[in-house]
Amino acid sequence: MPAYLQKIQPPSDDKRWNIVAATMKTLGNRPSALIEALHTLQQSFGYLDKAGLTFVAAVLRMPLSQVYGAATFYHYFTLKPQGEHSCVVCTGTACYIKGANALLQSLETHEGVKPGQTTPDGRLSVSTARCFGTCGLALVAVMDGQMASYVTPETLQQHLEGIGIHVG
Amino acid sequence: MLAEELKTIAGQERDMQAARTASINVCAAASCQALQSEELKKALAQAAAAQGYGPQACLVRQVGCLGLCGVGPLVSVEPGGILYQHVQPSDAEEIVAALEGPPVKRLRLDAEMPFFARQERIVLENSGQIDPDRLEDYIARDGYLALNTVLHEMHPAEVIAEVAQAGLRGRGGAGYPTGLKWETVAKAAGSPKFVVCNADEGDPGAFMDRSVLESDPHRVLEGMAIAAYAVGASEGYMYVRAEYPLAIARLKTALRLAERHGLLGGGICGSHFNFRISLRLGAGAYVCGEETALLASIEGLRGTPHPRPPYPAQSGLWGHPTLINNVETFANIAPIVRRGGAWFSGIGTERSKGTKVFALAGSIRNSGVIEVPMGMTLRDIVFAIGGGIPDGRRFKAVQTGGPSGGCIPEEFLDTPVDYERLTSLGSIMGSGGIVVMDETSSMVDVARYFMEFCMTESCGKCIPCRAGTVQMYELLGRFSERRARPADLRMLETLCDLVRNTSLCGLGQSAPNPVLSTLRYFRPEYEAALAAETLGGAA
Repeated sequence: MPAYLQKIQPPSDDKRWNIVAATMKTLGNRPSALIEALHTLQQSFGYLDKAGLTFVAAVLRMPLSQVYGAATFYHYFTLKPQGEHSCVVCTGTACYIKGANALLQSLETHEGVKPGQTTPDGRLSVSTARCFGTCGLALVAVMDGQMASYVTPETLQQHLEGIGIHVG
Repeated sequence: MLAEELKTIAGQERDMQAARTASINVCAAASCQALQSEELKKALAQAAAAQGYGPQACLVRQVGCLGLCGVGPLVSVEPGGILYQHVQPSDAEEIVAALEGPPVKRLRLDAEMPFFARQERIVLENSGQIDPDRLEDYIARDGYLALNTVLHEMHPAEVIAEVAQAGLRGRGGAGYPTGLKWETVAKAAGSPKFVVCNADEGDPGAFMDRSVLESDPHRVLEGMAIAAYAVGASEGYMYVRAEYPLAIARLKTALRLAERHGLLGGGICGSHFNFRISLRLGAGAYVCGEETALLASIEGLRGTPHPRPPYPAQSGLWGHPTLINNVETFANIAPIVRRGGAWFSGIGTERSKGTKVFALAGSIRNSGVIEVPMGMTLRDIVFAIGGGIPDGRRFKAVQTGGPSGGCIPEEFLDTPVDYERLTSLGSIMGSGGIVVMDETSSMVDVARYFMEFCMTESCGKCIPCRAGTVQMYELLGRFSERRARPADLRMLETLCDLVRNTSLCGLGQSAPNPVLSTLRYFRPEYEAALAAETLGGAA
């Protein structure tokens, strides 16, 4: 059988690969499925690693460089493992006016992490987003997928303590 | 589904509504949901059951956005149109107990206040009135009637003529006449054709499309289907940004229900017309709001724009003719078909017809989503509807159009809002985000904030935008840190001119707008930054 007809085997027998493969199959294993495939990959594994990108590239029959290009182009995708907890601070206009920078500064002072970083103990990842569209509740941060409204450095610290994150 | 079936369902729904003593509507849009409105709904349902109201007598349900997001969670009670603000689960018993008596005073929100009374709702007519996850609710409010009429009684050219007569212009920001765009796609040679809905609402401070998709998703799907029939397309894409998980969930439900009831898919409404819509998620790239970049993203590529012409109308997705419109544009289509283009063109100003949905945010009392006729003044929007500036602060500027727009000062607040007038003020209509700033905001910092935004969001394809935004950001930094020289000001102006005129796409071309408009209206703030340095003697 010619190589291009052979079924691409996932990197391991982890069940999550089946979900990724299914997403691509639904969209015909065509290159246009790339963004959706990366979404599923990130949803299943938390981040995009080389094994995942190589698998997607092989199934969609695209050069790995192109897959890597897209993965790094879009801000939503991350190539680094994420911490146990996540904190996404909105930096849209309304949140900016209500002090998003001060909030990020306080996170840096107290937890020692800048946006895009994870604490050394792997407990907390901090990132920013461009507007969640709930500007009436500014300042907004999304903690572990839950939206927190009218956030201040103080309420954020309280929340972090509540989920057991050490305050330095 | 046939016209008769639609009528039967609508009739049944209306009968059920009429038979009820009351219905309690809990806002379930993202903003109120973030304030635990789901818990609230459960508490209200329990309270209703505990006080002896069966589901037939009192319906507790979720509805779309009730508008005034700043005082959520919001609850409305029908009949009577009573609105409650800041409702907590602990208030549930009291609200249910007040169903057949006077409303609960301490939670009451005046439904006659200018925020509500001054609005004119076309796009948002179902927002807060229907459960977005129920197809029957939408049908009861004449949903899919327009699609049915179009498919059985109108020729595609007649549909386009109706939209052209309405004078509807693209609500994504550029204001291109919708009828003309449809005509171009309809006439373009090639098949298949595609219809794409741009729901990649990237402007920070803009959340109108989120609200529409979360409150009335079928409306947008119906608009897309009508457009597809008019231009001869059989496949559609809905490109939504991934930051809107709730809108995505509502759209998925809506698509499933519409397909199951033959309102999308094959042989729609018993006709020979087929149209399928697939959902595509954005991945956090602002530039994908630009149409050619969006199409590249749907094709699975990096979202970089390409030069126009060729326009997507001639060569879009995979080189095929593609109609691409914004959420709000599509949401306007069904009412235009139902009530006629002439009715629509009677609203608004000479060159900007209809209404516009705005998102009010920033330093303003009434933050939320509003819909007003074109031509209302900015002063009315900010002070009458928005309620003015809180905490006794003074108004400084209103920012429209996001990172592509500009800041408008007090002296131009009496300008009626339409596409041309906002452009002449150095801003743009944009998608509809209005962010109000008070005296505590430094305009240099605001300009720098937007430049930082454009700098990080620049896709890097063309040099003026990639390098120019970085240079402008550095220069603005010197002003915020008060170490700028007069030459920096001249350089900033030169760069604005250069980036605006030589960038490839809208992102770069409009990136200097926040700087130019603040230079135009708040120049003393820039000059003050210069003076500080001169006085310091560092030069």
